[in-house]
Amino acid sequence: MALSARDSLLSPPSVSAPKLVAENSWQMEENLMIDEQDKPLSLVMFSGTDDKLTAAAVLAVGAAAMGRPVNLFLQYYALDAFRAGKVNADHALSPEATAAQAPVIRGHKGQHWSDLLRQAREVGEVNIQACALSMDMFGIGRDDLDPIVDGIEGVAAFIASASDGQVVFI
Amino acid sequence: MSTVQIDKTIDVRGMACPGPLMNLIGAIRQGQVGQVFEVLSSDEGSKTDIPAWVAKAKHELVEVNQDSGYAHFIVRKAR
Repeated sequence: MALSARDSLLSPPSVSAPKLVAENSWQMEENLMIDEQDKPLSLVMFSGTDDKLTAAAVLAVGAAAMGRPVNLFLQYYALDAFRAGKVNADHALSPEATAAQAPVIRGHKGQHWSDLLRQAREVGEVNIQACALSMDMFGIGRDDLDPIVDGIEGVAAFIASASDGQVVFI
Repeated sequence: MSTVQIDKTIDVRGMACPGPLMNLIGAIRQGQVGQVFEVLSSDEGSKTDIPAWVAKAKHELVEVNQDSGYAHFIVRKAR
């Protein structure tokens, strides 16, 4: 089976939004990869189990690769999973994972969610923020978080960064 | 069989989605304009992901060939 490029599912977008001004050479390189400035994809990460963290990270890396800025807002149990030294710990699986499915999920060759997030950052624009309310609730300080987290913000700032792109709750 | 000259082959058979796409993106970033990359992937997601990304990033999907249990994706870095 041979497909030509013309058979590709996506045709190049006809309208280009104004480019953001690159702040450093790394971003300039990214702007060469994808010209259009697309709407961001914003994920509210609530669940702290490894399956849902992985599902969220897969969305993040896909969106980043396709040129969409990605915002992650870490709340509750997801925030707990981003504590320094805990990222690679066992965060269990969602209750819907059956006894038969659990070993299949754990044994899968896919990458760890933290590695997927690092890849997302390598290919695109990824902003990982801890929810100020959850930080306060659990008594977590900035120094308690893994360095992959960019900062702490309130919900209004997160909504502002989401602008008119979708917000997904996981 | 392809008659296109391949500059670099990325054999990621066995790697799960979205790994093959991410490996292609990494190789294209480091490559030169005009170079041709071949990805060997057994991941079903690659069949939709690689064409979608190549179109979005405005490179050229030269061809896709199905082999037994995996596919060859031949991509030219266009810019």
